[in-house]
Amino acid sequence: MTHSDPVLSVEGVAKSFVMHLRGGLTIPVVGDVAFTVAAGECVVLGGPSGAGKSSILKMVWGNYGIDRGAIRVRSADRLVDVATATPREILGLRRTTMGYVSQFLRAVPRVATLDVVMEPALAQGLAETEARARAQGLLTRLNVPERLWTLPPATFSGGEQQRVNIARGLIADVDLLLLDEPTASLDAANRAVVVDLIEAKKAAGVAMLGIFHDGDVRDRVATRIVDVSAFAVREIAA
Amino acid sequence: MPMPIPISTPPLLEARGLTKFYGDRLGCRDVSFDIREGEVLAIVGESGSGKSTLLSLLSGQLPASAGEVLYRTRAGEIRDLAALSEAERRFLFRTDWGFVHQDAARGLRMGVSAGGNVGERLMAVGARSYGAIRAKAEDWLDRVEIDPTRIDEPPTAYSGGMRQRLQIARNLVTAPRLVFMDEPTGGLDVSVQARLLDLVRRLVADMGLAVIVVTHDLAVARLLSHRIMVMKQGRVIEEGLTDRVLDDPRAAYTQLLVSSILQP
Repeated sequence: MTHSDPVLSVEGVAKSFVMHLRGGLTIPVVGDVAFTVAAGECVVLGGPSGAGKSSILKMVWGNYGIDRGAIRVRSADRLVDVATATPREILGLRRTTMGYVSQFLRAVPRVATLDVVMEPALAQGLAETEARARAQGLLTRLNVPERLWTLPPATFSGGEQQRVNIARGLIADVDLLLLDEPTASLDAANRAVVVDLIEAKKAAGVAMLGIFHDGDVRDRVATRIVDVSAFAVREIAA
Repeated sequence: MPMPIPISTPPLLEARGLTKFYGDRLGCRDVSFDIREGEVLAIVGESGSGKSTLLSLLSGQLPASAGEVLYRTRAGEIRDLAALSEAERRFLFRTDWGFVHQDAARGLRMGVSAGGNVGERLMAVGARSYGAIRAKAEDWLDRVEIDPTRIDEPPTAYSGGMRQRLQIARNLVTAPRLVFMDEPTGGLDVSVQARLLDLVRRLVADMGLAVIVVTHDLAVARLLSHRIMVMKQGRVIEEGLTDRVLDDPRAAYTQLLVSSILQP
């Protein structure tokens, strides 16, 4: 395996939801998704709302199952197919290899912001002082006021929660970052901070797969755009 | 959520094809899984789904009709639970295992002081010094957020949430490796449940415990577990990573369970 091998390779992936409580209604999401992401690249998923962009990120994260295909993630010296990996292997990938900034923060309730942010770094085995310093650095950079750090983020504004989420998503050293609209609820100054952070990760060789509705941000961070509407399912299942 | 230990570690407990019939009636059928230290497995399903039967089989309290449960002892031996002597099984239960019942009265000695409840488990593993036992009991009461000055009161003087926390202290004082929990938050007020869940989450992570928790509450499963097994009519109908099962349920019954709660 060489360095130019993709970090992420999505091959012939199809996904639908079967709604058993609606008489088995099948809602197709995507069919035959195929693309790769190499180290140092930021591949942006394009296409209209509802085309399945967020679903693709969730499939790569192992949060959604898939009907068909393979999602191969390079982890250390091997390839793990998320589609067939055991829960234990997926948790391992999430700890060592993948990071995810979801659209909405879903933190464990009643946990202080600083601890929410530090957790992925601690899980990688970083010393507590180092993890704390990194978390403080990211929160400061993202303009999350220090008086909020000891509070759980549940009561924060949408923009503050999103910045906590970004800090949590970026704190650990991973090879693959999944970014679902990380700048959606941010003002211009904070958007610029996030763009800088993404550029720094890119320069460090992190492979990124993202969704950015903001055209300016997309133009600045995207190495390539993959149009998800090309993967639309044409024939609707009966 | 606590992080599991590396994949290379062999299973602590492994169930293979566990089946239980009560006469003609099915308790559970063909259940297989394994669990390692640091992992939390939630078994979810409604009453009568077989989850309590499964817990009894796994903890050796009920003989299986078919299948086996293998357990890795502290000495590193893999033992078939059914082949253990009664004394060995009791020893495991007192030392290496914990069992947290929904009804704290089943897991505590209600006529004995809180300190006695915790100290009894310590004495079972050979502690003899009164001072050391009492000091450790005080420390554990503090760890489960019970005022240590109440050490001499019996659980009957405690609230429901305190009793449940005392039960947890009694179970964890011997540093077990595997803890079974049967609806640990059932019957408690919502705010009391939240506090108990926070406590359990913290202790599980700090101690690297393996936990098998039976619950009908999907919020409990989401907060505590890495993996979920969904049971219906004695069978496992869906299993997987907790967030996958809850966010993308495949089986009709799992979809029904998930759709039945306000915010999964």
